Amino acid sequence: MYVAVKGGEAAINATHDLVAEARRGDTAVPEISVAQIREQQALACARVMNEGSLYDRDLAALALKQSQGDVIEAAFLMRAYRTTLPRFGSSEPVDTAAMAIRRRVSATYKDLPGGQVLGPTYDYTHRLFDFALMDTDAAVKPAHDGLKAPLDATMPRVPDILGAEGLMEAELPPEGDPRPFDLTRDPVSFPAGRDVRLQSMARGDEGFLLGLGYSVQRGFGGSHPFVGEVRVGEVSVEFVPEELGFAVDLGDVTLTECQMVNQFQGSKEVPPQFTRGYGLVFGHAERKAMSMSLVDRALKAREFGEAANYPAQQDEFVLYHADNVEAAGFVEHLKLPHYVDFQGELELIRRIRKEREERLARQNEELPEAAE
Amino acid sequence: MSQKTPRQRWMATLARASRAEIEALLGAPPEHELLKAPETGTVMLEGRAGGAGQRFNLGEATVTRCVVRLSGGRMGFSYALGRDGRKARLAALLDARLQDEAEGSALHRGVAALAQSQAAARELASRKAAATKVDFFTMVRGA
Repeated sequence: MYVAVKGGEAAINATHDLVAEARRGDTAVPEISVAQIREQQALACARVMNEGSLYDRDLAALALKQSQGDVIEAAFLMRAYRTTLPRFGSSEPVDTAAMAIRRRVSATYKDLPGGQVLGPTYDYTHRLFDFALMDTDAAVKPAHDGLKAPLDATMPRVPDILGAEGLMEAELPPEGDPRPFDLTRDPVSFPAGRDVRLQSMARGDEGFLLGLGYSVQRGFGGSHPFVGEVRVGEVSVEFVPEELGFAVDLGDVTLTECQMVNQFQGSKEVPPQFTRGYGLVFGHAERKAMSMSLVDRALKAREFGEAANYPAQQDEFVLYHADNVEAAGFVEHLKLPHYVDFQGELELIRRIRKEREERLARQNEELPEAAE
Repeated sequence: MSQKTPRQRWMATLARASRAEIEALLGAPPEHELLKAPETGTVMLEGRAGGAGQRFNLGEATVTRCVVRLSGGRMGFSYALGRDGRKARLAALLDARLQDEAEGSALHRGVAALAQSQAAARELASRKAAATKVDFFTMVRGA
């Protein structure tokens, strides 16, 4: 039982002042602006939007500034802010096939309709420090002198190419295309549906999902898939306001989608097919999307009649531990005052020790006197 | 995707425009009544498993909306991502005026110009991405 304590207001006010000072750092150094974080730390902002489960680049940047770059604290700020807002409704499902592509690669086909587009990636950098970035006035080399023709307006999703041959597990909406479960509104029960699992992972901790995805590859779940496709780009969001009755385009969001192609499954009725793992996240966040798609496939174990012997295959384990705001809350609450609980434990241990000493003393008295 | 109406197209353009662009396009705000003051809330973004399968909730996005009525009675709406209440109000005014004005009016031409610059920005981004298009080739070992 947690017993609340009172008091300490003055100390708490003082710590608020002190944390503001710590956040600001050396005042001889110019203060960072939210716009600078938004534009120049976009990948950190993407992580905050994902784990905060709220797409707003300015707020993500503000959250990072306010939390001194602590991503989980920033996600917590996003979650808290979200609860103060009314929800107007749900968008139409985003159409990633219509994405304005900035990056799109496949490890399964080298020649793809639309092509392989590296886009902005660190994949082919040497991971050597660029000390020129120590200066803040370094000019950026203008991208590309001889610009090529634009990319195709839309590019087929790679698994759909395999799907056309019947080689890929189909992804079809269930009967009636039902509204998805919303774990922010209703308690989760197990076994959890695919919609619940995907929502939970989309807002889950990148590190946790990365570790689980890695475990699957290393044999704790037995899957070593191919990246069918990773794509990054802008997708428009459509929403039908009740009072208008037609779809309004709200603008673009940046999304990263990953489709993993896994080994075969078949049955008496269905010939062997590749199976899928799916990941979709806010912003440019490939590692997160890839991890999510690895774990998504692992969590399909039950549907495919596979043994679920490993953590990544167990929905209850994954879903209950993926949320870093919840996890941080429970882990970090341990540092709050537990004086009453601990007083109880202290009394208990003192009593146990006293009883033990008394028991030993009695046993010693009962021992026969040793011969002299 | 279904064909968009002209109104859907200009609402999409206004949603992507900056507040400054909308201010410049509208000029002095006409007399109006606020039917729904600018309000920021969220819309839950949905995705589909595998891109085309079962729907799921991806996460929310901030959205700001506003509804106005011009003195002539025409109602204007604005719905756009983000939290800019002033932009929402001005965009709703534009939506109302665009409905009242004939195709080809200065205001309609202004929105068309905005749409064109948005398309140009999109094309430039696409051309920059196209410069990173690769042709992988596989090597035959020991050949």
